[in-house]
This record gives sequence, C-alpha cells and structure tokens, in this order.
Amino acid sequence: MADVTFTVDGKILTAPAGTLLIDACRKAGIEIPAFCYYPGLSLQAACRMCVVRQEKVPKLQTACTTTVAEGQVFITESAEIAQARKATIQLLLGNHPLDCPVCDAGGECELQDMTFKYGAGESLYSEAKQHREEQQWSPAVFYDRPRCILCYRCIRMCGEGMDVWALGVQNRGVNSVIAPNGGDQLDCEQCGMCIDVCPVGALTSGSYRYKTRPWEMNHVSTVCTHCADGCKVTLGVRQVNGGAEIVRADNRDKSGINGDFLCAKGRFGFDFVENPERLTTPLIRNAQGKLEPATWERALRFAGEKLKEIRDSKGGTAIGVVGSNRTTNEENYLLQKFARTVLHTNNIDHERSTDYPAFALALAGHAGKTAGLGDIAAAPAILLVGGNPTEEHPLLAWTLRTSVRLNRARLYVANSKAIKLDRQARLTQELPPDGYKDLAAFLDLGEADFSKAVLAEESLVVVFGQECRGPAVADLVAWGLKRPNVRFAYLGDQANSRGAADMGLFPDLLPGYVPVTEPGGFAEYPGLPATPGKSLPAQFAAAATGELSAMLVVGANPVLGLGVSAEALKNTFVIVQDLFLTETAALADVVFTAVSLYEKSGTVTNTFGDVQMVKKAADRAGVKSDFEILVRLADAMGADIKTLVPFGKGGVLADLGQSRGAQAGEADRHSVWLAANNLEPRLSPFDPLAVLDEIERLVPGYKLDRINLLSGNPAHTELNLTPGFVPISALDGSDLAVPTHDGLFTSGTLGRYSPALNELEQHQTHEVAAPAGD
Amino acid sequence: MSPETMTLFSPRLAARLDALVQKYPVKRSALIPMLLYAQDEVGYLSDAVISEVAERIGITELDVRNVATYYSMLRFKPAGKFNIQVCTNISCMLRGGYEVYERFQEELGIGHKGVTADGVFSLEEVECIGACCWAPAIQVNYDFHDELKPELVRGILDGYRFQAEGKAPHA
Ligand code: SF4
Ligand code: SF4
Ligand code: SF4
Ligand code: FES
Ligand code: FES
Repeated sequence: MADVTFTVDGKILTAPAGTLLIDACRKAGIEIPAFCYYPGLSLQAACRMCVVRQEKVPKLQTACTTTVAEGQVFITESAEIAQARKATIQLLLGNHPLDCPVCDAGGECELQDMTFKYGAGESLYSEAKQHREEQQWSPAVFYDRPRCILCYRCIRMCGEGMDVWALGVQNRGVNSVIAPNGGDQLDCEQCGMCIDVCPVGALTSGSYRYKTRPWEMNHVSTVCTHCADGCKVTLGVRQVNGGAEIVRADNRDKSGINGDFLCAKGRFGFDFVENPERLTTPLIRNAQGKLEPATWERALRFAGEKLKEIRDSKGGTAIGVVGSNRTTNEENYLLQKFARTVLHTNNIDHERSTDYPAFALALAGHAGKTAGLGDIAAAPAILLVGGNPTEEHPLLAWTLRTSVRLNRARLYVANSKAIKLDRQARLTQELPPDGYKDLAAFLDLGEADFSKAVLAEESLVVVFGQECRGPAVADLVAWGLKRPNVRFAYLGDQANSRGAADMGLFPDLLPGYVPVTEPGGFAEYPGLPATPGKSLPAQFAAAATGELSAMLVVGANPVLGLGVSAEALKNTFVIVQDLFLTETAALADVVFTAVSLYEKSGTVTNTFGDVQMVKKAADRAGVKSDFEILVRLADAMGADIKTLVPFGKGGVLADLGQSRGAQAGEADRHSVWLAANNLEPRLSPFDPLAVLDEIERLVPGYKLDRINLLSGNPAHTELNLTPGFVPISALDGSDLAVPTHDGLFTSGTLGRYSPALNELEQHQTHEVAAPAGD
Repeated sequence: MSPETMTLFSPRLAARLDALVQKYPVKRSALIPMLLYAQDEVGYLSDAVISEVAERIGITELDVRNVATYYSMLRFKPAGKFNIQVCTNISCMLRGGYEVYERFQEELGIGHKGVTADGVFSLEEVECIGACCWAPAIQVNYDFHDELKPELVRGILDGYRFQAEGKAPHA
C-alpha cells in the first residue's frame, strides 16, 4: 500500500497505509508497551497497555489496533497516558502474587518492567487475592494461574502459530483461567511456544523452572543438534563444578531462520548433555575383554599405533571409516581427509538417510536452483511432495503455516498419506505409495485441478521428502528445470546430514560430490586413493569376513541400524568416538569420549543448504571434540598435521611429484588463497576455521558469505556440479539411504539419552487419553 | 451429522439441532442455543453432551468448554428437577429479595448452587431476571413467580413438590 505520513510525539513518520501504529512506532524506535499484542498473531486488544492519544479522537486509542493514515497525530507518552497505563497495571496486580523473587520470569518479565516504568507497585485494591494451586499440564508445561494476566498470547500462539489449538480460556472475569484441551492434561505437540510468548511467569517450563535466574546465565547462540532444519537456538548456560551446564534453550532474540520458533526437541532436548551415562574418560578393552578407563595419552597412542600398523601391513583398504550426521562440516571434512590421506582408504561412508547425491547430480550445471529456508518463507507458492514436516521438520512446517497465514502463500501437497499440513494446503493430491516417481508426468499431463494449479504458478519452490530417491529425484528436478523460476529443497534427517553428504562422507565421492575417480582440485591430497571404497553395509560385511581389520566410527551407531553382531566384529579393531556407550561403542576396542554439537564450534549445513555457525556453549572435563580427537589420532600415527589442517605459515607445500604447472610443489596454494581472500593463517591445529578455509577453497558450492556467517546468519551453499562431470554409475546409491523418520520427540540414538524427550514421548503416547476424534 | 450416527438426544431435539447448525453462515454461531436446548433435555452439560455438540459443529471440545464456562446459566452438574433462581439484584434487593432468598435456604436446607437430597430442588442466587416491575421475583425453570414475600415461599415449594410426586416417583 501507498506510504502515508503521520506524526508521533512530534516526529514525522512514514509507513505504508494500514500499518499498525504499534509496528510503525517500533520501527521508528518508539516503544509502546503491549501485553497482548504479539507480532504475527491475530489482534486481541485485551490488555489496554498500548493506549495512546490520537488528535481529534475523544478517547485514548489502542496502538495495537489503530492503523496509520495520512495526517494523523499521536502522542504516546504523557501524564494522562502514564496514568491510564498505571491504572491498567493496578488492575492486573489486583490479583497478581508478589512472587517476583521466586518467579522464573523475574528479570525478564514484561509486567515487572512495566510496573517499574509506570509505578503501580502499591495496590489500591483491598480484595483478597484469589489463590489457585499451580498445575502441571505435561512434563513440559506448567501453569500458575495467579500470575496470568489473560493476554491470550499462549492461546493464539498454539492455535494460529502451531495449528494445534490446545489452549482455551474458561470461566469469566476474575475466575477466568487458561485451560488445556485434556481437562488437566495437555495433549499437544509440546513445543513450549506458549511458554515462550507468555509475557509473565504464568506458563513455565518443566526443564527450566526454579533452576536459575536470567541474569545468572550466559547466553550462547548456536544451532539445534536435532533435526535437519537447523534452528538457531540460544542456550542459557551456567557455571558448575567442572564446566558449564545448559539450563535453558529458546530463541527469544528471534535471530536466524526460525525467528522465535523452536520445537520440543530444540527447546527441551538439550539435557542429554548432562545425562549421567555420558562417558567422561576414554576406554580401552583390556586383556579380559572388558572396557576400562584409560588416559587420553594412552588411548590415543594405542589406537594410533594400531591403525598405523594395520595400514602399513595390510594397506588402507583394510580400514573402514564411518562418519556422523551430527558432527560439524569441519569435522566431517577432516574425517574424510584423514581417511583418504592418512589412512589411505576410500572406505568411508555414513548412515545415509537421504539421497543427496542424486539431488546434486540432477542439479548439475544449474546454479541458483536450490531453495534455502528463507527462500521457502518468501515463496509465493510451494509444492510439498511427500514428507511429513509437522513431525519430522517442525521448523519447515512452522514456516509453511506462517507463510500461508501471513503472506497468503499457496501450498500444494502431494502425498501418499494425509498430513497435518493438508489443512494449510490450497490443494492436495493423494498419490499411491509408489506414485512419487510418476508425479512429474502427472503434473505435465495438466488434467487434474492439482496439476493445472501447479502449472499455473509462475514461481514455485518444490520441497520433496525422502520418498523421492534416485530416479524419482531426477525426474522431479528435471520437470522443474524445464520451467522458469522453480527451485528445490530435499528433506534430510539430522542436524548435519546434508553436511555429511556435502563433505564427502562417501566411498566414491569427495566433498562437493566430486568423484574420487576425477578428483579435480582434490588432486592436491597426498596419496589420495583413486578407486572407490566400500559403502557402510559393505564395510561391515568385509569386517565379518576378516577383510577389514580396523574401523573408525565417529558419532554414529551403525551396529544398531544394521543389526551387526559382536561376532561379526570380533576380528576387527574398532575405534569409536561418541558421547555414550552406544551399541556400537560397546563393541569397540577403544572408545574416545566426544562432545556434542552444543560443546564445540564450527559450522553445520541444514537440509536446505543453509550453513550456520555453531558455538560452544556447555563444557565439561574429560571430553574432546571430534575435531581434536582426529587431529590427535593423526598425530599419534605420525602424520604431518600441517598437511591435514592448514594452520600456521607454510602449510600445504603440496609436492605432487610434478615439477611444473599448477600441481607443482613449490606453491603453497592455501596461503595463496588466504592472501587472495584477505584471511590470516589460523594459529592452532585445533581451530575448525582452518578447515573451513580449506572447505571454501576446495569444495564446489561452499563459497560462503563470511560476514553473514560470522554474524550468526545463514549462508546459502549451492549444489553446482559442472554438467557432465559426474559419472552416473558412481552415484547410484539410492538404496543405501534409509530414512530415520524421527518424530517430534525422537532423535536417533542421541534422543534416547534425553530424559525430557523420553518423558514427553511417554506423556503423548501413554498418559494423554486417546482423543475422541479429530 | 449423518443420520446413522448415534446421538444422545431425543429424535425431536436431534432434528432441532440439525436444523440449527444449518441456520447460520458460520456453524459455530449455533453453539449457545444448542447447549441450552441440550441442557434442557439432559439436565446439564455432561461430557457426552459436550462431545456430541462439538462433533455436530465440527469444533473441539475445548472450544465448547471455553464458551460454555462463560455463562452461568449453563451448568456442568445436574440441577434439581426444579431449579429455583432467586433474584437479589437492585430492584429485588430493595423490595426484600434477600429475605425471600433466605427463606428458600431455610426451607430447603441448601445454599447457592445446592441440590436437595431427593433431587427435586436446586437453588441459585442470580442477577436481574428482567422482572423488576414486579420485584422481588424468582424463576423456576422457565416459570416466573413475582411480588413475593417470605410467607409465600412454602406455598410455592408445596406446589412443585406435588407436581414432582404426581409426575415422577421419588428417587
Ligand atoms: S506446548 Fe506448543 S502445542 Fe502445546 S499448548 Fe503450548 S503452544 Fe500449544
Ligand atoms: S498464561 Fe501467559 S500467555 Fe497465556 S494468557 Fe496468561 S499471561 Fe498470557
Ligand atoms: S525444528 Fe529441528 S532444528 Fe528446529 S528446534 Fe526442532 S529439531 Fe531443532
Ligand atoms: S497491546 Fe494493545 S490492547 Fe494489549
Ligand atoms: S432486579 Fe430482580 S428482576 Fe430485575
């Protein structure tokens, strides 16, 4: 709409006609207090805190419902307005307990702030306070009625924001209460968004309540370790004996791709970090066959010598490596480089859940065709093929709901099952379970209403789930590439599944999906083996036959996933890096105690290709990052660390046996690149940024916007292979992708160690009475 | 609601509710009259009533409760066969409404929102029932009694007791 000009407190402001006065003021740095108003939710006008004086209007007006028009004049602070706001607060405090000193919200409570500002600390009402006992609605959500100011934010957030509609208001006047849908229980997605938006301490969280005060925590902004959507999360961290513990997770600063959204896993599922089952010292299997604690020095020396001996006697092909879907890009990159240049093997893989190589291949030669989450949020039309975002990609589901609600985006859902997002869809199309491969042809036919509507869209983002693999991915992408303005996103499983694939945890592909047979820039890797190695199942099969003498498993639990028996590994020397004694670690000969994503730095890539910085929040004694473990292991094997991690000056003096040209030994290509990019060499072999530099230098598509990245924003990567560069045979691994289908409260092996998630799962599956129908 | 679906209500009420849901541009506008008619037939808004009404309108039970709990005329526990609502609002108060209310309490041995042991009577103190011109007034189910005095209370109760005995056996 056209801009209008109006005056607020003597300042001339301009905003599109119809903008809410409260928003226009906030944009201009004029703060108007508000309890019930919440950006993005419907208007309530329940609290009367936002009253302002509008010229020529007899009564005070609510800024949260007044839309600006040409020539209006407003006053937002005056004695009269202060008095009105003070009276509102007095009424609110009439039944509000004076328990700020013990209330969770104390220190970050909007009511407390406003009482300080307008001074209604003394109540003029003589009525006795109506006390009600606090209620526990679920393991995550507690309700304390006396503190509630009936702003309806929680109700609207749950209904409009989450599309769950689990909260309501009951009774009347002073007797009003917020009520959960299950009588005294909450049957919902347990996202905690209601707690998050509550302006006071009426809704409190099971995991944080009464633990600490806001000012006693440090706040670290990092990325969620659970699903592949990559929410920014602010971890509240408190010093404890032997380190720092996480006590809270939220995203109140609304930074990043998720705004204030977090699902139950991001908000409550951080407690695995403090699980008493965490391993705190390395373990070595002793002569009696039992794992016993060992020092880091001994464990590293033992593992390093053993690996070296096997490599030197049997060759790198006798060693297998399994990487992780949760470790950072730098760790994944380092792991494959370690495997290829130190262990001299291409036997490297990870637990694949998604056929990213097929996606990369389908997009080869087409730049700018992948959609980051921000692109999805801004898209006028989205075609969602397969998947169940509400359960498996809560942030994507939130983004789609928000976009349909606020931007009138058009959502088209093609799925073999009914999903909750059907409710937001403009049109849905049911597919047979094996019908995904025929979707492109069905759309092109243009007969059904669904196809017609999709074909009529001028700009489209196609988001597809793991039902699409191999040829189905190729067909769908080829369909979209024929049309203008179509971009794509592919839904993977875990926090860095995409990063694991992008960083080349494949037996046949180097980082950036570059085939090992035609390594391009990676030719500078000293001793890179040229033939593809063994996939994950093939590695275990080879271990069982004695062909594989050693395995290194980092942050993965393939023994559970593949059902590997102890017998099959009895002749293999197994090294595991993990937080817990998983089924895989239990069979290891050496276990290195690793840290979680919340205890390290680096970057991760979400399934939409958005790269984000991870920052170290918690800390504990006795554990090391996978990055450090790998560097130390390489060192224990006598490898040249400077070749592995480019740090200090004069790092990569790649002597590739040539005397001329780009491959000649005299050039230190890394320092040339650093200089060209105005970067200094990193000083420590344990600095993940040193590897990030190399990733940017060598990995196609990872040309990252550093400023954006370092300031906490996502930097989008491209899947841009050169056309015709990829031999198709090298990529046909579609049957190796096994989706994990983690739901709202599960998160692979890691999720099992989160008491909060287990309790929520228990609550939702057993304790909430089965709903009478939906 | 499809005809073959089980209903709690009499065929007549069910038909009436079916018609009500069709009547408004938005189905949920029918909520309050539906609740009132259902309460008249069943006696109160039981969980089963709430669930059936929710289903008929296509909203959640929580939505129904959110609305129903707002209105004091809608109740969630059985009332007596005769629900006596005594007005003590301003006109009635000035003309002796409290004395009438006290007499009802003494005669029945119950207070506000109480139900007699035999289930025949329940008592409520209510706000204005729109009979101010003839204050003090009471409402028994849908019948009014006005220009009352405490002495008239026993006679009114006897009349209803007689009806209760004649038409319905004691519990
Ligand atoms: S936890 Fe989430 S789904 Fe549950 S009531 Fe709160 S907002 Fe709604
Ligand atoms: S519980 Fe909190 S968010 Fe909900 S109405 Fe009360 S004060 Fe507002
Ligand atoms: S949506 Fe995914 S990334 Fe975001 S908080 Fe939930 S699990 Fe974490
Ligand atoms: S913020 Fe405007 S009335 Fe509450
Ligand atoms: S005050 Fe009693 S009927 Fe109006």
